[in-house]
Amino acid sequence: MAGHVLLIEDEPNIIEAIRFILSREGWRVDTHSNGVDAADVVRAKSPDVLILDVMLPGRSGYDILRDLRGAPDTEELPVLMLTARGQNKDREMAERAGASRFMTKPFSNAEVLDAVRSLTVTS
Amino acid sequence: MAKGTLTGSRIRERRVAQAMRQADLAKKAGISASYLNLIEHNRRRIGGKLLLDIAQVLGVEPALLTEGAGAALMASLREAASAVPAAQAELDRVDEFAGRFPGWAEVLSSSQKRISALERSVETLTDRMTHDPHLAASLHEMLSTVTAIRSAASILAEPGDIDPEWQARFHRNIYEDSARLTETSRGLVTYLEADDAEATETGAPQEELDAVLAAAGHYVQDLEEGGTVHSAQKRLGTDLSAPARELLGQWLQRYQKDAQAVPQSDLARAIQKHGADPAALAEHLDADPACVMRRLAAMPEDVLPEGVGLAISDASGVLTYRKPLPEFPMPRFGSACPLWPLYRALNRPMVILSHPVVQTGRPGSDLWVDALAVPVGRVAVNRDPLFEAVMLVRPMPTNTPPHEEPLELGSSCRVCARAVCPGRREPSILVAGA
Repeated sequence: MAGHVLLIEDEPNIIEAIRFILSREGWRVDTHSNGVDAADVVRAKSPDVLILDVMLPGRSGYDILRDLRGAPDTEELPVLMLTARGQNKDREMAERAGASRFMTKPFSNAEVLDAVRSLTVTS
Repeated sequence: MAKGTLTGSRIRERRVAQAMRQADLAKKAGISASYLNLIEHNRRRIGGKLLLDIAQVLGVEPALLTEGAGAALMASLREAASAVPAAQAELDRVDEFAGRFPGWAEVLSSSQKRISALERSVETLTDRMTHDPHLAASLHEMLSTVTAIRSAASILAEPGDIDPEWQARFHRNIYEDSARLTETSRGLVTYLEADDAEATETGAPQEELDAVLAAAGHYVQDLEEGGTVHSAQKRLGTDLSAPARELLGQWLQRYQKDAQAVPQSDLARAIQKHGADPAALAEHLDADPACVMRRLAAMPEDVLPEGVGLAISDASGVLTYRKPLPEFPMPRFGSACPLWPLYRALNRPMVILSHPVVQTGRPGSDLWVDALAVPVGRVAVNRDPLFEAVMLVRPMPTNTPPHEEPLELGSSCRVCARAVCPGRREPSILVAGA
């Protein structure tokens, strides 16, 4: 098995597509769609890679990531951040929050696969 | 309008460009300030000796005051020069420049008008794109839906077989997401194309309320004449969403209380004596100054020919009401300039802060601002009051004694051209490296 991915995203059809392409490559994929308890779910599931959307119901992905980076058990977790805003300042904000990689919507399946693979190699 | 009827506007334009007070010009021309005010607002014709006298005081040919195109050209050339103060353009020779090089003067004038129009568009658009929560959410939804469609379509387009059940699921997802994308796109286009004067069902409730109030001129005649809030709400709130209608109801209730406390007829008489000075009016009418400011903003042109602007902020600094002036725009979304006396008033409640002001990038806009923070609701035991701040923006009073330098204010940080500002919250798109 390639590894364990946790996807935190509130768009159900994106979840379904990403789960399909990653599972096909041998990844075990868990998903969660609410920002309020997302950090707790990350700590409970302890994935190898986290894919985190910025705009989530209840809490932003930036806040969740800052929270995770502040804890010893998740400060090194590889995180791929997904956002609809692709300006430099958004990239900088993601980097400051602690994102390992940053991807703007709409992205291709191949880009997601490449990103997850590269995060697994470097972790 | 015939060219001669705009002579008053040209006189005012020339006077303001020379930083001359209305009272001073009137005195030198041998007329009263109030009569000059009527002339400058084109309510009185002017010609003959008086025209010659005024032209002499202003140092211009009388024809420049009566001829339309020439004065407009001069005004835009001066505006172009003031936008680049470092160039130190020879303002006193602008007439000579326009006379000797009319073609180049016209090119410069047209360019300046285009720049001003573009800056206003950028200001509106940037304000919206950066701060409009509805727009941000809609764009995010659109891009997320496109992402889902793209992912599903990529899977289906890959060579090789895919399980029929998955195939059916992805086809269904594409179908559903396409329909959602259509609706979101349609809603977004409607929202972006909505005119400021119309209520829109895709807008935020506060925006809908702003549009209704702007269309009504911030004046509700039925409430002035003793009508009910219910009938006014029914008349004005026909096309509003439920949340917007509720906001309208609250606004109308306060309007009714204000109109009962300071009737229009009383206020109109007081304005004849004190102008739009809220402190003087409040003392004359024995009324709450904040109420007087709100009443001034509601007055029609026949009561208050030179309109006033008004901004109301809650204790958190959010603008809950805005009635901008052309010379003093107010942001629709996000926060306004932190230098506004409106916000300082929250730190000094129950004190009227009164200052001359000028907005950055709008030279020649002589304005005066009065700001006051007052408690909201009743006094209660062991409970700190909640404050609300009101700021009135009015034309520079005609009988203003010598005063301090005007405060330079912006509209919002993002579109403010002030290079160095202690209150800057975010970079300006108008200043490199700000």
